[in-house]
Amino acid sequence: MPLSSDIKPFNQSKTMKKNVWLLAAGLTAVALAPGCKPKGAQSAISGDAASKVYVAPGTHDEFYNIVSGGFNGQMSVVGLPSGRVLKILPVFSVNPENGYGFSEESKPMLNTSNGFVPWDDLHHIAISTTNAEHDARWAFGNANNTPRIARVDLNTFKTVEIIEIPNSAGNHSSPFITQNTEYVVAGTRFSVPVGDNTDVPIDSYKQNFKGHISFLSVNPESGEMDISFQIEAPPFNFDLARAGKNKSHGWFFFSTYNTEMAHTLLEVNASQKDKDYIMAINWKKAEEYVKAGKGTKKKVRYAHNMWNEETHTATSVIKEEVLVLDPTILKDIVYFIPCPKSPHGTDTDPTGEYIVGSGKLAAIIPVFSFTKMLAAIEKKDFEGELGGMPVLKYESVLHGEVTKPGLGPLHTEFDGKGFAYTSMFVSSEVVKWNIETLEVVDRVPTYYSVGHLSIPGGPTGKPHGKYMIAYNKITKDRYLPTGPELTQSAQLYDISGDKMQLLLDFPTIGEPHYAEAFPASLIKDRQTKFYPIEKNNHPYVLKGVKDSRVERKGNEVHVYMTSIRSNFRPDNIEGVFVGDEVYFHVTNLEQDWDVPHGFAVKGANTGELLIMPGETSTLKWVPEKEGVYPFYCTDFCSALHQEMQGYMRVSKRGSNVPLKFSTGETD
Amino acid sequence: MKPLRFSNRILILISALLIIPSYFTPLWQISLWAPQYPEGLNMKIWIDHLSGSVDQINGVNHYIGMRHIGDEMFPEFGYLIYVIGAMIAIGIIAFMIGKRWSLYGFFSLITLFGLAVLADMFRWGYEYGHNLDQTAAIKVEGMSYQPPLIGYKELLNFLAYSGPDTGSWILLIGTALLIIAIIRDRREKKVLH
Repeated sequence: MPLSSDIKPFNQSKTMKKNVWLLAAGLTAVALAPGCKPKGAQSAISGDAASKVYVAPGTHDEFYNIVSGGFNGQMSVVGLPSGRVLKILPVFSVNPENGYGFSEESKPMLNTSNGFVPWDDLHHIAISTTNAEHDARWAFGNANNTPRIARVDLNTFKTVEIIEIPNSAGNHSSPFITQNTEYVVAGTRFSVPVGDNTDVPIDSYKQNFKGHISFLSVNPESGEMDISFQIEAPPFNFDLARAGKNKSHGWFFFSTYNTEMAHTLLEVNASQKDKDYIMAINWKKAEEYVKAGKGTKKKVRYAHNMWNEETHTATSVIKEEVLVLDPTILKDIVYFIPCPKSPHGTDTDPTGEYIVGSGKLAAIIPVFSFTKMLAAIEKKDFEGELGGMPVLKYESVLHGEVTKPGLGPLHTEFDGKGFAYTSMFVSSEVVKWNIETLEVVDRVPTYYSVGHLSIPGGPTGKPHGKYMIAYNKITKDRYLPTGPELTQSAQLYDISGDKMQLLLDFPTIGEPHYAEAFPASLIKDRQTKFYPIEKNNHPYVLKGVKDSRVERKGNEVHVYMTSIRSNFRPDNIEGVFVGDEVYFHVTNLEQDWDVPHGFAVKGANTGELLIMPGETSTLKWVPEKEGVYPFYCTDFCSALHQEMQGYMRVSKRGSNVPLKFSTGETD
Repeated sequence: MKPLRFSNRILILISALLIIPSYFTPLWQISLWAPQYPEGLNMKIWIDHLSGSVDQINGVNHYIGMRHIGDEMFPEFGYLIYVIGAMIAIGIIAFMIGKRWSLYGFFSLITLFGLAVLADMFRWGYEYGHNLDQTAAIKVEGMSYQPPLIGYKELLNFLAYSGPDTGSWILLIGTALLIIAIIRDRREKKVLH
């Protein structure tokens, strides 16, 4: 120790000298290149950030954040402000961990007009609203690749409905909803040839391709969706959408790009025009036309899949007709608002007066006024028309432009206090601006290249302007590195004050796009804890252990099995032959919260079952060779979980082993 | 025998009528807490059935070989409704008779009934806690699982509580009214002497 302390002054002085030089070099660099280096996260964090996101053990987060999983086809449930992931719930992608898409009951959920599709790309979330405020009964999600919309029940956190969207491709402009969840929409990203004439040359794009916008009604009681009507639109790319609300209730706004109508090298060819459009749809008017029988029924094929919570089984129905409205004939339902330049997000503020178009290649953010739009329509203040549909004058509809906001504006959320927050992908920042005065009042960096923003209640008429999450597209050095593929980063900001304050940086699941958050108090006390066994109407349910049995029907073997801590009944099964179709119908007899049982069979080429209390699930397995196959409970259920197991004997086809089953018989 | 004052007779009547809620309210409760059950498991015993987390308690208890609790375990459920009915009738008769002996008689009857119920509960608890399945998965040498008669008791990972529920509390209020009637009547007697 004395030695080292002797040496220290010498080293220190040397370091100091070095530091003087470094400082000088640094100052020169700063002088020469002002603002080149982004501000570090450390400088943005103040001392009390940790306490603001600390959710003490045993206490709960204040908000649920339902986060799209992007290319994992799922939704994540995240608590705020902690950023903790509470659940990954499968929507469009199979999930072997709980049997979704593998159990016989859940397979129909992923049926489409193209057959069973095991994966999709889920981009956007819409949480149901009443009077433009979250009621959080359902979460809607879109499938981008094979166009579909899913509805998730927020009492069970389970996908209960999936409906396919015909005449659509790349269902990106979806699933945005109207203020009382009357409709959920689906705008097509790709325009495609439709009807009988689909085998056409790609370069006949302008003649043969169509963009369709679908309006799906939502039953106010059950939530069940139905494609109410489609609007045939020009062959643009439809990007995002937002319903009008409060004063603009009755209208819907869709951003468009590729109004150049290119079909190749869109990167260049779809970026030529100075202005594309925001397409305003008067859906109340469209509704009237539907009622008046002005639509045309077109032949299509799409799947409508529903989950039944009493039979614990999904059914898939193929439907063959859709009602299409032609806005070139029905003049007053579609208007185009010119918007610079390849707008991505189009968002309406909480009052419904302002419509923000985020032109991702534009140097400004245009803000349109709903009042001015109505006036311009009234005065027929048009600059031209598109195939018979009016194009409004930009200046007549414009409230104003946010100047020098940053680079690459994508999405805008609102805090309910008169401010808007726009994500800037290229300059990797969030910009806060005043909706009335259009002044930029604050900006914070994101790490890195932010996509969507999420403020609890942000898209509704009643935002809770306390937190904002930036969902980023690039992660780089934010966390411990994990090889070439990295998690997507997210940052949580405190937006309760004048200045946005970075609080937390957290990893996410999949590739989040949009997310919505709402107060936990809306749903946390109404969660389903288990399914009452007396209401279980599954055709293979067992209401008690005494009826457990095995039945053979030709080469189908049906095992009526129960699981309860800590046994399966029956657990010894013989008389099954190679090539039989074996169905294990397992009923979890527990009637208590948080006691699922799992079920897996050695060598079965499928996922496991994870059966909730009171539920029945079926695992199908066709054994390919003889032997004795163990099965066991995969969810650590009890002190004797490791004893919860059994055997199935599979014999050569043609052998004379009799069908036999038992539990607890010893020799 | 002296007739009772009318106010004391009314106390007998109220006391008799306070037995009626026994038909509609739980009489006894047993609760269990464990690290995995912070919210507790609660079983309620009514005049003719059980309610609450009976299935969960059975699920937990079968590991240590305790018998399956169910309505069929309690033959009392078959006749308790008549016993209680008879007590109400006797109470009303005592009110109508309105003599000192009828007050004392009704009080003795209700007290004896309470003691009998407690004795019966103890007998059931003893059997339930000691009469264990020999093939049980978990056997702890020398351990029995008799629930407490009244109050708290630790049983392995569980803390058990047993005590009166709404119906019994109302019965106790009724009994207290009889005691008040007796005290008032005795004071009067002294004053008269």
